[in-house]
Amino acid sequence: MLKQMEGSRAVAEAVALCRPEVVCAYPISPQTHIVEAVGEMVKDGSLSPCEFINVESEFAAMSVAIGSSATGARTYTATASQGLLFMAEAVYNASGLGLPIVMTVANRAIGAPINIWNDHSDALSQRDSGWLQIFAETNQEALDLHIQAFRLAEELSLPIMVCMDGFILTHAYERVDMPTQEQVDAYLPKYEPRQVLDPADPVSIGAMVGPEAFMEVRYLAHAKQMEALKLIPAYAAEFKAVFGRDSGGLVHTYKADDADTIVVAMGSVLGTIKDVVDEMREAGHKIGVLGITLFRPFPITQVRAALQGAKRVVVLEKSMAIGLGGILAVNVRMALSALPIDVYTVVAGLGGRAITMRSLHALFRKAEKDDIDPITFLDLNRAVVDKQLERERATRRSGPAAEAILRDIGVVAAKLA
Amino acid sequence: MSFQPVKFYQTGTFTVGNRLLPPEQRSVQSQEKRYNSINSGHRACQGCGEALGARYAIDAAMEATNGRLICANATGCLEVFSTPYPETSWQMPWIHSVFGNTAAVATGIAAALKVKRQQGERRNIRVVAQGGDGGTTDIGFGCLSGMFERNDDVLYICYDNGGYMNTGIQRSSATPPAARTATTMAVGPEPGNVFGQGKFLPAIAMAHEIPYVATATVADLRDLEAKVRRAMEFQGARYIHILVPCPLGWGTASHDTIRIARLAKETGVFPVFEAEHGEVKSVLAIRRQLPVEEYLRPQKRYAHLFGKTPQVEVIARLQALADRNIRKYGLLEGN
Repeated sequence: MLKQMEGSRAVAEAVALCRPEVVCAYPISPQTHIVEAVGEMVKDGSLSPCEFINVESEFAAMSVAIGSSATGARTYTATASQGLLFMAEAVYNASGLGLPIVMTVANRAIGAPINIWNDHSDALSQRDSGWLQIFAETNQEALDLHIQAFRLAEELSLPIMVCMDGFILTHAYERVDMPTQEQVDAYLPKYEPRQVLDPADPVSIGAMVGPEAFMEVRYLAHAKQMEALKLIPAYAAEFKAVFGRDSGGLVHTYKADDADTIVVAMGSVLGTIKDVVDEMREAGHKIGVLGITLFRPFPITQVRAALQGAKRVVVLEKSMAIGLGGILAVNVRMALSALPIDVYTVVAGLGGRAITMRSLHALFRKAEKDDIDPITFLDLNRAVVDKQLERERATRRSGPAAEAILRDIGVVAAKLA
Repeated sequence: MSFQPVKFYQTGTFTVGNRLLPPEQRSVQSQEKRYNSINSGHRACQGCGEALGARYAIDAAMEATNGRLICANATGCLEVFSTPYPETSWQMPWIHSVFGNTAAVATGIAAALKVKRQQGERRNIRVVAQGGDGGTTDIGFGCLSGMFERNDDVLYICYDNGGYMNTGIQRSSATPPAARTATTMAVGPEPGNVFGQGKFLPAIAMAHEIPYVATATVADLRDLEAKVRRAMEFQGARYIHILVPCPLGWGTASHDTIRIARLAKETGVFPVFEAEHGEVKSVLAIRRQLPVEEYLRPQKRYAHLFGKTPQVEVIARLQALADRNIRKYGLLEGN
């Protein structure tokens, strides 16, 4: 059924259709609308039986989820940014224990300086946590990926983060096709846990493992993630059969077949990139796009296959490996090893900095001429940075750098473009 | 108290002869069909107070729930000595997640069980969470307070041995004043742990006005069993704080664990009481009051108080703290 609604509401309704049994909630922007909406459905009885628990921290949110999932309950929570970092110890524990928790990450920057706006620093900081990570491009895809996520998580006994851009998707009102309960019930079987805390068949979960077996247990986590590379296309195909639309999968190419230059990205910025590529194609440029839906496990074979015909690859990412360059770019380079393809890292949109079509046009045209740095910071105000560096050279007690930079810029409200 | 007064059955020591009691009043541990929830063969030190306390507490909880009990366990001695895979001492469903989240894991278990009951599960399965004082009063405190505040249906048991014994005897917020640990060294002008700090978590639990809070020691195991049984009669958040001497950390003889625990109670160092909805309902009275020195002297963690120049002032301050407990909880009343 077609509905006009906020992205958060769409995700909440999709999650409710998956019949979660325990949902834990702790407020953090821009995720909060999702759990608020789920909580309302629990409270008014439309989602039942389900326990909605207002916890005292994100660390508790993930810990409650661990307890309920280990007791055989389908479990959901959502977080973002600092919240994801605050729960990090339990995030690793959930995957180590093999508990199929589904969590929305409404992607947001990580402080300091504190910033509530979108980038991918939060989710990518947990890229090695053992969770599967899928990135939604649109609100429709965010909705659909949650339904697929429960199926996938429970089949593999691994937790999944469904990542959607904070504010850009979570707070955008768009038309979505909301499935029916019957469709979701037909697609998503009952949760049958591999291990469960049950007095009738007592097990010890989470005991210590020493050097004699730790490698094997950890390798198994890797092997199970790799299974997702086969399951996801199959589940996406099945999803299409039940719901009538393409959603999910590993990667998606756009006008990439004959492209000399391919832009790689994740999440909602793919829409802007495709618009730019459309315009450049009309002007005769051989440029295409590779959208990465599945970040963990990283679909290395599919990425290589999609990019190997290109002369150059521009990885545009909303994240940064400080001291190195990009995070997504490093993964893409891994997929392209030994191929004679130039890979450019473009860090863009940090802390909600708008990624405009104008900037992308200029960037891609320069990239086509191999006229960009190996690592580029899109729309970075170099003058402001240089001024701060000069200040720090001149004065020992130069004060908080962020404040000084904002004083130099001279605006209080965010200047986006 | 909800059990037969101890004095009546005194057998010459402070123990109670089970043979003198009618079968229905005998301890859980005296029964042939006790649960052995934490089975023999674990790796606890000789004389471990925590192993003893856990055995009595969890078996009593198992008895109260007809074996329908799930346990969440914090990181610490109890977790490590009872479990390295593929072995486990736990004859019950048991989960260890991380150090600081045990109360929250238990909340999740309780929530899942509630949903399962709504879906037709007929068994009334309950939840117990347990950890040491570090996992409870320090790193797990946020999750514990959250669980209390939501009044989740969890019994949380803290085994308090006054420090991080598993990591090598470091100070926790439950380490008593003047005690020597690896991080409150017995050197300098004020050796040992500082005065005026530390948390008495039972009082903090009571401030949450949860249905039931109790303290106990491994010297009064009938009392401990009775309190666990009583705790399981309540729905909602419950907290039992058990003083468990640690021969390794306290520098006491393995065979003195119960004696030291009894001295903690008889000196007033550790008040034994139970409270409902934030109000003290009963205390385990001191039978024969002793000076704190009797409790301190056998413990090497206080050896610096009894050197060539005895630290009379420090001992007096510790005595004052015990006296305050005695006044505050009325520990001499009823004798």
